[in-house]
Amino acid sequence: MLTTLIRIFKYGIQSFWRNGWLSTATIVIMVTALLVVGNLIIFNVGVNNAVESIRSKIDISIYFKDEVGEKSILSAQKILEEQPEVAGVEYISKDKALSDFKEKHKDDPTINQAIQELDENPLAASLNIKAKDPKDFSKIVDFINSNKTWQSDISKISYTETQVIIDRLTQIFDSVQTIGWTITIFLIITAILVTFNTISLAIYSNREEIGIMRLVGASNYFIRGPYLITGVIYGLIAGLISFLIIWLYIWLNSSTTEFYTLSQLLLELGIPKYFHTNFFKILGYQLMFGVILGIASSAIAIGRYLKI
Amino acid sequence: MINFINVSKIYNGNSHSVALEDINFKINTGEFVTVVGKSGAGKSTILKLLIGEEKPSKGRVMFGNWEVNKLLIKELPYLRRKIGVVFQDFRLLPKKTAYENIAFAMEVEGKSHREIVDLVPQVLDIVGLADKSKNFPHELSGGEKQRVAIARAMVNRPALIIADEPTGNLDPMNTWEIIKLLIKINSLGTTVMLATHSKDIINHLGKRVISLDNGKVIRDEKNGRYILN
Repeated sequence: MLTTLIRIFKYGIQSFWRNGWLSTATIVIMVTALLVVGNLIIFNVGVNNAVESIRSKIDISIYFKDEVGEKSILSAQKILEEQPEVAGVEYISKDKALSDFKEKHKDDPTINQAIQELDENPLAASLNIKAKDPKDFSKIVDFINSNKTWQSDISKISYTETQVIIDRLTQIFDSVQTIGWTITIFLIITAILVTFNTISLAIYSNREEIGIMRLVGASNYFIRGPYLITGVIYGLIAGLISFLIIWLYIWLNSSTTEFYTLSQLLLELGIPKYFHTNFFKILGYQLMFGVILGIASSAIAIGRYLKI
Repeated sequence: MINFINVSKIYNGNSHSVALEDINFKINTGEFVTVVGKSGAGKSTILKLLIGEEKPSKGRVMFGNWEVNKLLIKELPYLRRKIGVVFQDFRLLPKKTAYENIAFAMEVEGKSHREIVDLVPQVLDIVGLADKSKNFPHELSGGEKQRVAIARAMVNRPALIIADEPTGNLDPMNTWEIIKLLIKINSLGTTVMLATHSKDIINHLGKRVISLDNGKVIRDEKNGRYILN
């Protein structure tokens, strides 16, 4: 049994080596396929990062009338924080609102002067609400409006003004993500089919040999084994090469300014960081995906020639 | 050893052609039997039925204790290791050297490395190719390829060697070399079944001849000669 296993390995490596051109061509195709897959997944991560970071910046504010005391605002904050759709509520007092405003416009002399001339603070105290999902803002607003006591306390809810923009943005984000994943899945399937086809052709060119092996009395696993080993070798090499290529251009883009626009895009999408923190995970995935692709294609492709 | 019992083979293609019709014969251990007939008479079909490459439409094909027509695909390798096969087109593995082609037949049977290293050079010597062991098939002449094929067929000391038109692609010199090899193998106790349509070979051999015509056995003689219309 052990000798047979050793022989299967020996023949797998031998056929990889002796079919040099075929092996090279197959690996090139597989590298391309794996690059497509690897890039798309990393790019999708980037797009998701971007969308999430914008999403997290969307918020709504409820402004309270001046006569409402801090105590009732804080109790409203507490109730709101307990809502399942709410990610966080920040209280901004009148004073805080003013200092924020001053800070924001400190370079604008006209506004500065205008503030100086005011006797009292014209800004309202507010609660700043972030939702777990921007789609839920309308629910949150409905909840606020359903509270009778609050209604008399609240002077304005910013959502009513920005609702259209928020809804629109939310829709765009959703479709960007859906389109991204659809394209990814579609291209992954294409990559799998192309690889499968390439390996099928390689094995097709060996069909006579397979027939001869059968006639000499080789059992199916003794014939199939070496092809699976060759498939594993294809997968490992292709996985490694595709990973090195991805690594190389991420490295180039994060250390030089030559490809300025691309580097900036990658940086903004948080891709270099994602790549470096998940270095071994990505390497592992590329190798694993390559090996699975190689073995599965070989196994399926060879099956039909083993029936003599 | 071999027993064909009421065997018919009909190919269900477009033409629905009858390859063999109601064939009956027996071959004993140690015999040298020539199957003769024109192209399409059914010689190759008989050999294919014996190694399980084809299944009969009717009847039973016995080889020793095996009922070949009932073997499953996964059982066929064990049958084929008992039968050495030589084809007109050699059927060597193109990416393996002469040595490796012969060694492969031993490896599929799970023979040890030591046995292989021992026996393959001996067999190569018997067929006169000791100096070509490292050559790939495309570096060998037709006669040399066929001798490698015979070496491969005999290396596992099979009970039976089947040769399907083994000299069909060879010149007269090489033809006689191959026939002499087959006679030698037979004299060492292996049953040989040879399919041919060469009058010279059959008349020279002076052994049992089964004559086929249109898928039927028309003659089966102990000391046969080439008689075909």
